[in-house]
Amino acid sequence: MTATSGATRVKDVCRQVRSKVAGPFWVTIDLMFDTQENYDQYAESPALSAEAIGAIYRIDPAAISLYPVPQLRVLKISYPRRSPQGGVEERDLHSGQQYAYLLDHPLD
Amino acid sequence: MTMTEDRTVRVYVPQGSLGVGMFAEEVDHALAHDPHAIALDAGSTDAGAAYLAQGVSKNDRGSVKRDLALLMGAQQRAGIPLLIGTAAQAGGDRNVDWTRDIVLEIARERGYEPKIALLYSEQQKALVKQKLAEGRVTNLPPLGDLDVAVVDRCLHIVALMGPEPYHAALEAGSDIIIGGRTSDPAVIAAFALWKGAPAGPAWHAGKVAECGAQATTAGTGQRGVIVELDGEGFEIEPVDPAFQAHAHGVASHLLYENKNPWRLTEPGGTLDVTGCEYHQLTDSRVRVTGSRWEPQPYTMKLEGATGHLFQTIMLVGIADPDVLAEPQAFHDKMAGVLQDRAVSATGADPEIFDISLRMYGWNGVSGMAPPAGSVPLEIGLMCVVTAPTQELASEIAKACNPYFFHMPLRAGMELPSYGWPFTPGHVDRGPVYEFALNHVVGVDDPMELVRMELFEAAKAEVA
Repeated sequence: MTATSGATRVKDVCRQVRSKVAGPFWVTIDLMFDTQENYDQYAESPALSAEAIGAIYRIDPAAISLYPVPQLRVLKISYPRRSPQGGVEERDLHSGQQYAYLLDHPLD
Repeated sequence: MTMTEDRTVRVYVPQGSLGVGMFAEEVDHALAHDPHAIALDAGSTDAGAAYLAQGVSKNDRGSVKRDLALLMGAQQRAGIPLLIGTAAQAGGDRNVDWTRDIVLEIARERGYEPKIALLYSEQQKALVKQKLAEGRVTNLPPLGDLDVAVVDRCLHIVALMGPEPYHAALEAGSDIIIGGRTSDPAVIAAFALWKGAPAGPAWHAGKVAECGAQATTAGTGQRGVIVELDGEGFEIEPVDPAFQAHAHGVASHLLYENKNPWRLTEPGGTLDVTGCEYHQLTDSRVRVTGSRWEPQPYTMKLEGATGHLFQTIMLVGIADPDVLAEPQAFHDKMAGVLQDRAVSATGADPEIFDISLRMYGWNGVSGMAPPAGSVPLEIGLMCVVTAPTQELASEIAKACNPYFFHMPLRAGMELPSYGWPFTPGHVDRGPVYEFALNHVVGVDDPMELVRMELFEAAKAEVA
């Protein structure tokens, strides 16, 4: 999250980014790209690799699943929660705010 | 069973979840479509394990009763079955009974005499342990093998039903079916599957409609849709002509709350939508073909709620510019002071309790360091004390009270008082309810872990 002013960021190429729990043990994030061109350029780029996502969310990249959905111009990112829903350290029960940490992520 | 004369089955899905609020005129719109059944769920795991642990509904009784009265009225008018899955948010036995009592109350008040089926899927710990010993319990990632101690810690355990128990209730001639924990798509797919609709489209329709009209321009689970199944696919449109279903929105719904956008594992198989085509039939109606169902050995997902730890919370608002200039330093000092105070005042072993400080307005949600140079306008500081008993959590919070509300940033400063929002300054929050199971259990028959009760409302004893 050290975007320089010139870098293209996730929020610049997505019409919406959202996150939600997918059951009590998983988080899923949908990056909805604004144009086909941006989807083609960024959806499977190294900046959105499992390694890059894992660094942002402190998750083992091997546990992260990436699903490009070209028909919908969406990249779906699913990863296990750091602790189950509602635990002692819970800060975002629906995981509904987790997308926010991707918005300024630089893509190039 | 065969499909109806025109080879189609129409199911009215009135809401995303029973009790979220309904618009009375939607019922008239829906019945004009001549549906064959009404189906919806009444919950999910999204809101956490408290509702399973406590056996209570998330939606309040008055809201559920208002919506149920509209749906029972529609059931009476049209003479079609009403299927409700995951009663009262969590679908435990007490959640089913709570819903049953409201149904009976409405029936009495209105003079309705429906035949009712109750489907219970709560499980005894002994049976889960027996299944575990037989090697019939399998873990789902990210959890590992099931530990017997975890089963023992669970306050309540439910097994996720598929459509088959609903079929048994329909076979018995039930007008209203109140189901315990059920796969959301299953309760909506159940009637169409019973009538012989192909499994792929039925399950896919169930998934798209499980949130009511959320996948349409209505954009809300407070409104409903009609799904129509035929031999090759399904069609969907909002019941109210003021709204439309669009192909993109319907296709996008598989993304929602779902880990994998192509495949959805359900009791008895997996729905695969990889090859689906979405056709815009009219301005408001979408047709979907190509949904595939891959049968698999029958399993039911287990959900368990634990609640063996307890929390007490305190909250202050901070506008002090010195603190706002150094939030992390303030946090770290406070954390150390409270920890020392808790041990010295209560003698508690530091291993058994936890004090967590959340600085809302700074990093309360993420817990991570904000970008350099960030300065908050205010901080809402929440202290969460977790301990093995409510008494100890409360005792620690009270011991920490003077420090939490009055700790200066640096020695030598005048004693501050941060912004108390209420008195007393602590709230005993109760147990920490957590989902503990993420495992599936193999069964020989879809009814093996389900108990069905059938009765007529007119003959029911007053609850």
